[in-house]
Amino acid sequence: MFIQLPLLILLLPLLGFILLIFFGKKLPRNGDWLASGLILLAFVFSLFLLVAKITSHSAEVFSSSFVWVVVGSLNIEFGMMIDNLSVIMLVVVTLVSTLVHLFSIGYMKDDVRYSRYYAYLGLFSFSMLGIVITNNLLLMYVFWELVGISSYLLIGHWYEKKSASNAASKAFIVNRIGDFGMFIGIMILFVSFSTFAFESIFESIAAGQLPFESTGWLTAAGILIFCGAVGKSAQFPLHVWLPDAMEGPTPVSALIHAATMVAAGVYLVARIFPMLTADALLIIAYIGAITALIAATIAITQFDIKKVLAYSTISQLGYMIMALGVGAYTAGFMHLVTHAAFKAGLFLGAGSVIYAMHKVLHARNDHHTDAQDIRNMGGLKSKMPYTYWTFLIFTLAISGIPLTSGFLSKDEILAGTLAFSTLNGHWLLPLIGFVVAGLTAFYMFRLLILTFHGKPSDQSTIAGIKESPLVMTIPLMVLAALSLFFFYSYNPFGATSGWFFAAVERPLSIVPELLQPASAALFYEAVSSVHTTAMILSIIIAVGGVVMALSVYQWKKISAEKMAEKAGILYRGASNKWYCDEIYDRTFVAGTFLLTRVMRWFDENIVDGIVNGAAVVTREFSRISKWTDDNVVDGLVNATANSADRAGSLLSKVQSGKVQTYLVYVIFSFLVLFILFIRI
Amino acid sequence: MEYSIMEWLSDPGLVHFLIVSAMLFSLGLMAVLSQRNVIMVLMGVELILNSANINFIAFSRFTELSLDGHMIALFVIIIAAAEAAVALAIVLNVYNRFKTINLDEISTMKG
Amino acid sequence: MELTTILFYLFALVTVGAAAVMVFSKNIVHSAFALMFSLIGVAALYVLLYADFLAAAQLLVYVGGILILILFGVMLTSQGLTVDYKSTTVNLLPAALLSITAAALLIFAFTTTKWIVSTPVDRDETVYDLGMLLMGDYILAFIVVGVLLLITIIGAILMSTRLITQTGKTD
Repeated sequence: MFIQLPLLILLLPLLGFILLIFFGKKLPRNGDWLASGLILLAFVFSLFLLVAKITSHSAEVFSSSFVWVVVGSLNIEFGMMIDNLSVIMLVVVTLVSTLVHLFSIGYMKDDVRYSRYYAYLGLFSFSMLGIVITNNLLLMYVFWELVGISSYLLIGHWYEKKSASNAASKAFIVNRIGDFGMFIGIMILFVSFSTFAFESIFESIAAGQLPFESTGWLTAAGILIFCGAVGKSAQFPLHVWLPDAMEGPTPVSALIHAATMVAAGVYLVARIFPMLTADALLIIAYIGAITALIAATIAITQFDIKKVLAYSTISQLGYMIMALGVGAYTAGFMHLVTHAAFKAGLFLGAGSVIYAMHKVLHARNDHHTDAQDIRNMGGLKSKMPYTYWTFLIFTLAISGIPLTSGFLSKDEILAGTLAFSTLNGHWLLPLIGFVVAGLTAFYMFRLLILTFHGKPSDQSTIAGIKESPLVMTIPLMVLAALSLFFFYSYNPFGATSGWFFAAVERPLSIVPELLQPASAALFYEAVSSVHTTAMILSIIIAVGGVVMALSVYQWKKISAEKMAEKAGILYRGASNKWYCDEIYDRTFVAGTFLLTRVMRWFDENIVDGIVNGAAVVTREFSRISKWTDDNVVDGLVNATANSADRAGSLLSKVQSGKVQTYLVYVIFSFLVLFILFIRI
Repeated sequence: MEYSIMEWLSDPGLVHFLIVSAMLFSLGLMAVLSQRNVIMVLMGVELILNSANINFIAFSRFTELSLDGHMIALFVIIIAAAEAAVALAIVLNVYNRFKTINLDEISTMKG
Repeated sequence: MELTTILFYLFALVTVGAAAVMVFSKNIVHSAFALMFSLIGVAALYVLLYADFLAAAQLLVYVGGILILILFGVMLTSQGLTVDYKSTTVNLLPAALLSITAAALLIFAFTTTKWIVSTPVDRDETVYDLGMLLMGDYILAFIVVGVLLLITIIGAILMSTRLITQTGKTD
């Protein structure tokens, strides 16, 4: 059951994709019910699998594989590994995917490529599920790239828009950079252990084998594979693609950029966690921290509702990565799950708002007002009550207010970083963690207040706003329910006693002892000692952030403009996304262009020169050849032909058609013969 | 046996007839080769046939050929008659088609 | 000089002379009549060669049949009179050269060949013997010639009648 069912779950979306891409337009309603039904079925199976796995086979790991490719002595296996991590991910992916499918029925109603959209959603779900259940790195890489391509297709769904197609390309190319590192890492491991399977690699490392007999290479392999996660999970410095990817349809943003695709990176790090050395983990933690801080500061300054959410996603992903880096494995993964629920909800809520705004603007034939700009909103609370209340719950959850799922996971992460600093002295990590927590609460409430509270800037627009249809609000309610604490733990102030912590345990590190991070036991001891402190601190900071936001935007006690002025260079930097895109433009993009120019010069002057030289030689040679052809060969041929022709025309004169002339010849020849015979 | 020219001339034998036939033949040839008119050509052919007949009969008279030469000559006459009939029919058809019986003008076979 | 010698030269002269007139005449009717004299000369030569039946056949068939046929042809395809001999001929020079060469060669060959000549048998008449031969050794050829003549007659009639119907139609 634990083998067949995941396989079925994996193949259901693929079936949907195949059916829709070929027959989508012929199916009734363009096949949205088919895609949604299949993914719903997959979700039901996943849920059943999760319950069965957690309740009765918690400690077991099911794996199965068959030989896929045989090349010489190399066997590439197609295999699955089902443990608690993967079943939880299966549920998360299928759940979010199902809700996005449902939501899209409303949101994408009048789209031109409706069936294709659903087909791509199916492909995307299939690829993501593939990453989740595979047991080896190569297959994961394959699905990894499939996720890349399907995200490319979905981001570029409205490819008529130049910005959308650019964003799709950007997402794809930036991801490639990370994937390149990941592939090198996979190859290092493969060359050393001649296998791709996680279990075999871990066994080899545990047995004392090292890549190229060096601990440095092991660290390098870990970091290189982590590069893939940097790309997919939009970590600094490869985070630039995610905000741009908001050009895709909003449900797609919910699916890809909140819950699943970006989670793939975190999932990958969780998968390879046992083989990461302490150095690698430290680098991972710092990258996560930097990402979290940068994204949070940028999020404050953004006015596009989706951009704010995009940066908050990056920030939260930074959290997860940081958690994994410091060794708070379970907390990081839990944050992935809880975040998937409330971030998907936030995106879908934003989608609902945009949908409503867009409908009004479209009805007024207004194409100048940006439907996604929060400055054009405000006061939507009474117009869209379902959306507002669910959005509030999501915001509370992401801000880490108690009684929500977000509080549970975030609290654990902050405790983990604090514990890490007490063990290793890296005080910067918890500091960033707490600052970001405060910033998160601030910018999320800023978003909420500007969108739903206050006075609308344009009364006429807001007056026309209507609540979205049920098919869009029901997914919001489901996700809102999932953002509450009781799904994860009975204790609203501590997740450690819940089923999640029991199901997902930090795996033992198998790297050589000298390189190991602080052991789980030591770490948890430290965590429990700082847990209360961390919890109180995080609550205070979160509430502080909320109060700050309220005082600035709701009560108008503090002027946002003055604050921005005081922050000066900091504000400008943040609002310009810390000039990441500009720096990349100036350096990598410009460098690439410079390189291409150099290459072009090289091409035009040297390569072309050689080629042209060869061409000239060839041409001259062929000219001589042509001359020979024309004058010698053709001459001979023509001479033959001409002589035949001349002989023919000469003989044709003989054929005068006059019988008597012929007779003259006959008699003449006869007489000649006669004379000859007489002579003889 | 030595003959003087006068003696030879005064005793017409085989060769004399053959010479007559040769002259007749060359005249017939002349007609066949040079006359434009088809009927003249036919007449030339008749001359040639007659020259051949003279040869046959001369040989039949002066050699062991005996009456067989007569028979051949007889058949030649018969065939000549047939030939003349058919040839004239053809000539009439040619005239009907080309409105001429000049052989040099009937040159549709020109190469 | 014997009578036969004189007669021979006379008939030979008639034959060859009439033939020459026929060939070189500008008038086709003159030619036809000259041919008649030539053929009569030939018949006379046959008589000199003791071929009485053939001489009769020659006179009957040629002079009485073929010549009439030719005259009819001349009349039916009348081209009108032409004064200039040259305009009635083609290939005059090669034809003349070839004819003279042919005559010279033939005469040369005839005179230089050593003929095995047997003593001429004097005969009364050849009709009986010819009849026996025709009905004996040459019976097959005789029958074939008869069939040939039949075919010729039918063919000639067919071609001529078609000609008439065609002209009738065109007119």
